[in-house]
Amino acid sequence: MNAMKKHDTPMLDQLEQGPWPSFISGIKRLRDDHEEGRINAMANDLLGQLEHSYETRRGYWKGGTVSVYGYGGGIIPRFSEVGDQYPKSREFHTLRVQPPAGNHYTTDILRKLADSWEKWGSGLVTFHGQTGNIMFIGADTENTQHFFDEINDYGFDLGGAGPCVRTAQSCVGAARCEQSCCNEHAIHRSLVNNFVDDVHRPALPYKFKFKVSGCPNDCMNSIERADFAVIGTWRDDMKVDQAEVKAYIERKGRKYLIDNVITRCPTNALSLADDDSLEVDNRNCVRCMHCLNVMPKCLSPGDEKGVSILIGGKRTLKIGDLFGTVIVPFMRLETKEDYARIVEIAEETIDFFAENALEHERTGEMIERIGLVNFLEGIGLEPDPNMIAHPRESSYVRTDDWDEEAAKWFDRRQTAAKTKDASPKGEKASDQSAA
Amino acid sequence: MAQKHRMPIESGCPDGFQYMHPTMVRNFGQWKYHTHPRPGVLCHVAESGDEVWTVRVGTQRILDVFTLRKLCDLGDRYADGHVRFTIRSNIEYMVDRQEKVDPLIEALEAEGFVVGGTQNTVAFISHTQGWLHCDIPGTDASGVVKAMMDELIDEFRNAEMPNRVHITTSCCQINCGGQGDIAINIQHTKPPKINHDLVANICERPSVVARCPVAAIRPAMVNGKPSLEVDEKKCICCGACYPPCTPMQINDPEHSKLAIWVGGNHSNARSKPSFQKLVAAGIPNNPPRWPEATAVVKNILRAYKEDARDWERINDWIDRIGWPRFFELTELPFTKFHIDNWRGSRKSLNASAHLRF
Repeated sequence: MNAMKKHDTPMLDQLEQGPWPSFISGIKRLRDDHEEGRINAMANDLLGQLEHSYETRRGYWKGGTVSVYGYGGGIIPRFSEVGDQYPKSREFHTLRVQPPAGNHYTTDILRKLADSWEKWGSGLVTFHGQTGNIMFIGADTENTQHFFDEINDYGFDLGGAGPCVRTAQSCVGAARCEQSCCNEHAIHRSLVNNFVDDVHRPALPYKFKFKVSGCPNDCMNSIERADFAVIGTWRDDMKVDQAEVKAYIERKGRKYLIDNVITRCPTNALSLADDDSLEVDNRNCVRCMHCLNVMPKCLSPGDEKGVSILIGGKRTLKIGDLFGTVIVPFMRLETKEDYARIVEIAEETIDFFAENALEHERTGEMIERIGLVNFLEGIGLEPDPNMIAHPRESSYVRTDDWDEEAAKWFDRRQTAAKTKDASPKGEKASDQSAA
Repeated sequence: MAQKHRMPIESGCPDGFQYMHPTMVRNFGQWKYHTHPRPGVLCHVAESGDEVWTVRVGTQRILDVFTLRKLCDLGDRYADGHVRFTIRSNIEYMVDRQEKVDPLIEALEAEGFVVGGTQNTVAFISHTQGWLHCDIPGTDASGVVKAMMDELIDEFRNAEMPNRVHITTSCCQINCGGQGDIAINIQHTKPPKINHDLVANICERPSVVARCPVAAIRPAMVNGKPSLEVDEKKCICCGACYPPCTPMQINDPEHSKLAIWVGGNHSNARSKPSFQKLVAAGIPNNPPRWPEATAVVKNILRAYKEDARDWERINDWIDRIGWPRFFELTELPFTKFHIDNWRGSRKSLNASAHLRF
């Protein structure tokens, strides 16, 4: 492009120094080397505005209302407050696009996305934003629609923005990881794709996020960041390959094993026998994953796999950080009925949230306000001691119906025991299945 | 010219199997164990005996299409054409044979990408949008991270930490960056400056009042116009009023500072998940390279690396040595601001005679 005057960027230029790859150099490549004048000019004004932010230590983007035909969300609108100085990046919206579950791509599909994006947008993209979307950063209002139409035709859809069901995340899981206890991929898609309407048309009190981690290492940070966290776990005994344990001791030494595995177990469920075999008290194992992480060749999850569900994780605003809380300690996810049940729990949760949360209140904050028991009753789940760290410490409670509630508990225990008896032969019946 | 609109196809989240490496498809759910042959490389072995080798690579995260295509070219020439991205925006190349690993690493490094970020490394810093794109940022994100990774690159490339270190940054107190072993977040220190001429036109006043965590905002008439006022004695300068009401400007070039938090851990391994705790504040928001923030982070990393035991994350380490020792080892000042006074704060006080001297 001939007449374009390049903005001076003395501060940003300092971010081209140093060994880590520089995003500034990338934006400059779009300004200087791209064959399309529209992209050169957009990148130039983007750099100009960013330099202005660096000089004045202030942001200059404001929101607005932009969406594509038929949807109410999925775009983060950005209009420049200093657009007169930087007119070519005056409109610089981000499209949030849902990635394939597990974030798998071929180079072909990435190239196709790159081709579409440089046709309509700035040429800047992030895999992925903090919620888990592909962030196509920088399109004007008109091209937002064109870009969406093009990628929607080959299988990509917008994610959530605003008070709606958001794009979900799942770990690499069963695709590559030996610790995986569930089909993260199927859970992720069964859940979020049941709510496409709630993703695209923001009408909830506030955002609602699903995240799926295949084991309690929780690589998706779901307990801390998801309204609905699904975490793979197992209910029978972990598997121990004693020959590998001995090989491990041979390699690393007995002291290393004692100091880094045996004594690190949070419930003292491990001990090393005199013959260097590993003894596991499986009834007291809390599935923390530490020993499996240290010795992945020796130890593995059991066979009776399933998931736990925790509800209500979120960050600071408004009432402070909240972790998710267990509402389903264990459920299997094998049959179609199992999957229908987890989707049903999600539907009950979102319906209850939609009806009962205050504006801009997350699910966890709503539960904090009304109490877990009201929430459980609202979605039809029974109390379970795995839901609490400890019983109440305060005596400020009415216990008029104690006998009835106690009877319910014994009924549930009986039903659970019967189900266990009826379960297929060869299946391991552990004591925890009664809980 | 008005045209007939195309209706969207509400396909939602795409199926990942169509893009997945064939070895991973074939062995889905059948993996036996993994090893960590060198930093940045993982080898997963399936029950079938198949192997998949993963090379993890750090990038600038905000990718231009040239860089994206270069990453694709490398994936075609040296790998099997299948990649994925981690939650911390690293790109991972999967290959089916060990022989492909070294040439791939060599080619990636020749192009300036950084191989590492696995296991007990300082992983890539996860970050937010900042001045580049956010509507409420107190600082930049990509710039802070670029400057910091320049200094931490050896810790990304070499797995020499006691356990993995996840660092996050956030440009406001909403904390989109999330929990981290170390988090560098904006902390405002002055109440919002209100442009009373604009409030009535832009802000839905009752919902702004409702957003305030400490009920410090109330409706008021200012210069004959309906507006909002802030009880500055109550205000905790969190900035929650700013997103719904931009005339309540919370960002301040001088008084929006950086704070550093430690011990956030998402994993259930050993201890239950934990939230990060404030350890340092009042750090200048100093573009373009934020040297003061990087210095504090490096100092915390130094103390952790020297003193923590194998497998201890930062929260595990502090649980063992206690907070007095943490402040001693890092030489960070302990102040009244470290003592929580928000709801539930009694649980953060020491209600015992367990003391460390």
